[in-house]
Amino acid sequence: MSLLEILLQGLLLGGLYALFALGQSLLFGVMRLTNTAQGDFIVLAAFAAIAGLAALGPLLPAGRAAPFVVGALLLPISFGFGYALQRWVLNGTLGRDPLPSLVVTFGLSIVIQNLLLEVFSADPRSIETEGLNTASVALPGGLAAGVLPVGIFAVAVAATAVLQWLFARTAVGRSFRAVSDDKEIAELMGLDARKVYALATAIAFVPIAVAGVLQAMRTTVSPADGPVLLLFAFEAVIMGGMGSFWGTLAGALLLGVTQQIGFRLDPGWGIWFGHIVFLALLVVRPQGLFPKTRS
Amino acid sequence: MTRLLETTGLVAFYGDAQALFGIDFELSAGEIVAVIGANGAGKSTFMKSLTGLVKSEREQIRFGGAAIGGLPPAEIVRRGIALVPEGRRLFASLSVEENLKMGATAKRRGPWHLERIYRLFPILADKRAEPATALSGGQQQMVAIGRALMSNPSLLLCDELSLGLAPIVIKEIYDALPAICAEGMSIAVVEQDVSMARQVSHRVYCFQEGRVSLHGQSAELTREQISLAYFGI
Amino acid sequence: MNASAAHASSRERDGSDLAHVERSTRTSHAALVTGLVLVALAATLPAWAPAEVASSWMRELVEIACYFIFAMMWNLLAGYGGMVSIGQQAFFGIGGYVMLALGNFAGVNAFVAVPLGALAAAAVAVPVSFIAFRLAGGYFAIGTWVIADVFRLSVANVSAVGGGSGTSLTALRGIEKATRETATFWMALACVIASIAFVYLFLRSKNGLALLAIRDNEVAAESQGIDVRGMKLAVYVVAAFGCGLAGALYFVGNLRISPDAAFSVNWTAFAIFMVVIGGIGRIEGPIVGVLIFWALNKLFSDYGTWYLLGLGGLAIVVTIFFKQGLWGWAQQRFGWSVFSTQRRLRL
Repeated sequence: MSLLEILLQGLLLGGLYALFALGQSLLFGVMRLTNTAQGDFIVLAAFAAIAGLAALGPLLPAGRAAPFVVGALLLPISFGFGYALQRWVLNGTLGRDPLPSLVVTFGLSIVIQNLLLEVFSADPRSIETEGLNTASVALPGGLAAGVLPVGIFAVAVAATAVLQWLFARTAVGRSFRAVSDDKEIAELMGLDARKVYALATAIAFVPIAVAGVLQAMRTTVSPADGPVLLLFAFEAVIMGGMGSFWGTLAGALLLGVTQQIGFRLDPGWGIWFGHIVFLALLVVRPQGLFPKTRS
Repeated sequence: MTRLLETTGLVAFYGDAQALFGIDFELSAGEIVAVIGANGAGKSTFMKSLTGLVKSEREQIRFGGAAIGGLPPAEIVRRGIALVPEGRRLFASLSVEENLKMGATAKRRGPWHLERIYRLFPILADKRAEPATALSGGQQQMVAIGRALMSNPSLLLCDELSLGLAPIVIKEIYDALPAICAEGMSIAVVEQDVSMARQVSHRVYCFQEGRVSLHGQSAELTREQISLAYFGI
Repeated sequence: MNASAAHASSRERDGSDLAHVERSTRTSHAALVTGLVLVALAATLPAWAPAEVASSWMRELVEIACYFIFAMMWNLLAGYGGMVSIGQQAFFGIGGYVMLALGNFAGVNAFVAVPLGALAAAAVAVPVSFIAFRLAGGYFAIGTWVIADVFRLSVANVSAVGGGSGTSLTALRGIEKATRETATFWMALACVIASIAFVYLFLRSKNGLALLAIRDNEVAAESQGIDVRGMKLAVYVVAAFGCGLAGALYFVGNLRISPDAAFSVNWTAFAIFMVVIGGIGRIEGPIVGVLIFWALNKLFSDYGTWYLLGLGGLAIVVTIFFKQGLWGWAQQRFGWSVFSTQRRLRL
């Protein structure tokens, strides 16, 4: 496999990782929340989609459209879930000490994994895509890429652009940045920080749902997959540099490429190589590739 | 003159440490009142209590006839008290214009809007798209004042406007106050510079170790009276 | 004379002793005695317990000991060092694997290899800290998890120790089962006492005060002349030693090691639960936590996923509603203090 092919596969993989990471980046940026259950929520979304497909089966359009319909239905549910989670569970854990939010999200991670295990058993599942996950499209230069991975990449870029626009150009984004800069003064302006945080988490859960559905279409998911996805999301955010969604995308692409290189060297070393590059980057450039500096 | 703001026996604590020991304070509509005192006298704590950043008993603070002690800051700004915080505390991730817009979050009706702020402080119009913290100290102070004005308050609280600024800049800032007051807005200024405080205000309160040690008409109080009250000798 | 006059006259008498710092309480004295009795009972277990039961009890107590030492070290790191880590299992696994390697390949006595494994973990902690300390807060936590995963994946590719499926500890093959179990048990007991004693004395010392100062306000502590980086590194290395000790001990008892078992994040997860439920930052916390954890384990572990689900839920509830943990809550409510590292100012 040529270097160009490895690069291509890596970038496409990175697209998916960006979807894993965008929510994480948002949560940390707005409220300094480290969500150790990030991966588990993605897996939860995947299983919700699988269950939804099974339950709604006869009502859904036949063929390839079905998963996308279920995915679309899942978005507002995910949004609401994120809002409720922040408002009633996580808001109470925020503060100077990172421990409470860490322990609570860690607890949630355990709860989700075991709940899924109970309901779905440990068998890996996936979403039936009717050949979409093996279809490929020809690219210039004699390269070929999967239709689904290309689609995922496009969705990732779009999601990044939307989030960037939201933060930079809208009143909602302005309130996120203000609350993150100085919560006390933001409240003095008339903002209710609890509601702002809840809205931020609600928005963060949209790419989580999208990532879950796409992951289950691309490959299999099992209840214990959460932690692995969390580490990928985290590595993408750190390597990309905090404070910037485009940075997160860049970090995710870098991770995808390094993992692909690792996989080609030896199938057992793919993830390991990604970790090593991450740690190396942490040593030489701890602020990441494209950090947004704050004065 | 109608009494706009009134505190009765206001106390304030930071954890177990008491910072205010019973402040009686009043301010009428259209007045400019100065609060002076040494560092640690409780002036900033007083401002924070008025805006809800530090909790107090409901009845200890009355504004516009209603008891507001201990209400959340967002509620207090909705009722018409705005703070220009000590040290400016602009939002670092926001531009000048975005900082000003944040001030309007409470959506109160009134004469102050973006263009009018730019007329008051023309230099800000030139720098509206720049990150707020890239401006000079004096310009940042203008943004902070503008941001507070954007909420169309009936009472503007200014905490240490002159902190870290050159005298000529301080004068420029204070020269803008009459224009702000012209339409009946009331102002309370916390100020380290005693002579500036006396020049700019109708009445003065002097704080000393969490208590009011002196108050009266700015024009009538003597320097000796103020020195005694300031240092608590 | 009324009470206040009596007090006043005693103050005049004892001019030099107006206010003094109280370091122990009545409860802590009582607990010390109880503790010594328990230790004596435990150490002589093989003598007084019936043979069939003794064996299983000793094995269980060794396991509890490992969980407890790990939790104590996590508590030291997070509660006193202010560093929340989800990667301490890295040192647990290193301790286990180094012990096994020394035992299987270098002919070292497995019991001697236990502290050596711990030393190896402590040594590894130094270069690891250069990387880990680049991060802070929640991201430090996940970063340490990544590092632990690197160790797991690396070891899983080393065929000499069985790669991904692991291997057995052959070094103890020649020893009779009862002797091995008793020796392991006594070693575990010794490790537990040593850990408690070390942490207790450390926290009572000036270093302990320095740590508390750092935890409360790093900048202020630095301005007082405390070497913040040095202290944090010291705590990190000590915690690594302790976790390595627990790991080496565990696999002496277990006799079989694998990367997934040795480097499992569950070790940290359980430690977090024990410490959070017992109360972070207090020495008694991990003791209370491990007892509650073990009781829950005994009663409910047959329920598998529901048990773990319950643990997770319990941790969430305790974190949100009992911020100082159950022991911390009791301490505030009833004023109990067993391992007195507090200093009460008595006027």
